[in-house]
Amino acid sequence: MSLLTLVWNYLKARPLNTAINILLLSLGIAVITILLLFSQQLEKKITENAKGIDLVVGAKGSPLQIILCNIFHIDFPTGNIKLFEAERIAKNRLVKKAIPLALGDSYNTYRIIGTNRAYAELYHGELAAGAWWNEDLQVTLGAKVAELTRLKLGDHFASAHGLSEGGHAHEEHQYVVVGILKPSNSVLDNVILTNIESVWKVHEEHGEEEEDGHETHGEEEHAHGTTFIPSPLIPTVAKGDSTKEITAMLLQYRSPMGAIQLPRIVNAQSSLQAASPAFETARLFSILGVGVDILMGFAYVLIIISGLSIFIALYNSLKERRYDLAIMRSMGATRTKVFISILLEGGFLTLAGSVLGLLAGHGAVMLLAGMAEQAQRTGISGWVFYPQEWIILVGSLLLGLVCAMIPAIQAYRTDISKVLAGH
Amino acid sequence: MISVRNLSYQYDGTSRAIQFQDFSIPQGEHGLLLGESGSGKTTLLHIIGGLLRQYHGTVSIQDTALSALSEAALDNFRGRQIGFIFQRNHLISALTVEKNLALSPYLAGLPIDAARIDQVLASLGLQEKKKSRISELSHGQAQRVAIARAVLNKPSIILADEPTSALDDKNCERVISLLTDVARQNGATLLVATHDQRLKDRISNRIDLTTAP
Repeated sequence: MSLLTLVWNYLKARPLNTAINILLLSLGIAVITILLLFSQQLEKKITENAKGIDLVVGAKGSPLQIILCNIFHIDFPTGNIKLFEAERIAKNRLVKKAIPLALGDSYNTYRIIGTNRAYAELYHGELAAGAWWNEDLQVTLGAKVAELTRLKLGDHFASAHGLSEGGHAHEEHQYVVVGILKPSNSVLDNVILTNIESVWKVHEEHGEEEEDGHETHGEEEHAHGTTFIPSPLIPTVAKGDSTKEITAMLLQYRSPMGAIQLPRIVNAQSSLQAASPAFETARLFSILGVGVDILMGFAYVLIIISGLSIFIALYNSLKERRYDLAIMRSMGATRTKVFISILLEGGFLTLAGSVLGLLAGHGAVMLLAGMAEQAQRTGISGWVFYPQEWIILVGSLLLGLVCAMIPAIQAYRTDISKVLAGH
Repeated sequence: MISVRNLSYQYDGTSRAIQFQDFSIPQGEHGLLLGESGSGKTTLLHIIGGLLRQYHGTVSIQDTALSALSEAALDNFRGRQIGFIFQRNHLISALTVEKNLALSPYLAGLPIDAARIDQVLASLGLQEKKKSRISELSHGQAQRVAIARAVLNKPSIILADEPTSALDDKNCERVISLLTDVARQNGATLLVATHDQRLKDRISNRIDLTTAP
């Protein structure tokens, strides 16, 4: 026998009341936990994925789309830009590093990115097996791609047009897997890397059949005829090539001055659009933030209602229990003991509710991450714990104590003699 | 041993005051507190039991003046020295019979002695009801559990407030025998407050409040 057994038995004696109070609170806590897990992990992923990229140059269009497409690889390109125009920007003295990207195809909805090794270095990509892509149509797979598509070294596959499943397949050209990357916990895990020439090769034959595949070759020879100056972005192509196109270019500034001048220089060209990852992700957060705020508000309403419900339950049960309390006082219980027993009851309800809510929140995220491939790709996990959860736990415990305070004070003040005499 | 000297009590917010006659009951003896409703029986019982404090005069139990104790000390004293039996055998319905009894030593700050619980239950013929819920008990059984709870801590005083007023003759007889037997077994002083004339013949030591000075 202890105060805890006493409190536990009182709660057990009203199972429905206890259950609804715990459930109500745990629902609110679960929603908050889910939002916390999602927003924290998403924010971390987004900032990590955009790290080291100061500006993205793409075709005119939505800057947010350019960021979503070229950094997170979850949207379609805004169009193509001319290689020579990109070169001109890359040459600018404010640019420290320029990484070209050629997008367009995917395999099993995993995007194939034509780029160079600098792109992998951006995310500290390391090989787990095999080698980096070197020749045309060789690919190196991101860790998650390899895991989920079950492609192995030496496997051949045909890419599909677009990002969705069931796009037009480019059967004529088969990619071959030459390497697999270690997990980097970045967007690199979800992409297939190759060189830009491969992307061109797959599309030239397919898209522009009237110009045959030797076109590139002829041009190169032509360039050799004069003096061949390689493009600073793609060394196999002559500088100033007027026909080649890429999807976008990732830039790193040499100095903070770049942030002021480069976007203006880029946007001055009618065909180009500059998009700042920092600015666009902040905009994205603020758009998502509205939804998160509404859900958060909903969760807080749930928590407040559950607090009220606990208060009412304790207050009502106290009316029925006045006699119980008086009897306990007559048996030697001090005022303080009675006071603490009521506080414990409130505290127990909210503690149980919040622990259950936290578990449910983590469970829901785990379930979601385990079931939906889309969620798996974002790398969001339910096994992550944040210090904010302690705040939730302590906060809800305080809520319980506050809700129990008035009933507890009433219990403290009970005039035993009057209660016992007045039946 | 109960000793009452020059005791008077003034009810909260009223000019109504009661002057009680002096009396004392030696340890182990039984006393009957007689009087009609409103004669102050319950008030006197509550004062002796340490439930009411704002009184004038001296009330001593086992040579301890109750007014000398702090509130917490009085709570403790009450838990260890006094067993209450009320007219309505109010038991904690959220707890089983056994836990209701265990509450008594726990709240009094005494160690819980499972053997003592078994012994008291057995002496009142309640062994089979040990794990029962309060709602499963008959009225008579509940009253016996209330008596068991009152004597569990081996109190020196047992105070009973109208224990028989709602009972028929047969049950009245049974309960008063039970009370006097239990008090005797535990060496406790028994003080019964009642207006029930049937008890007159059972307990000779009478304090009649209606004839108070």
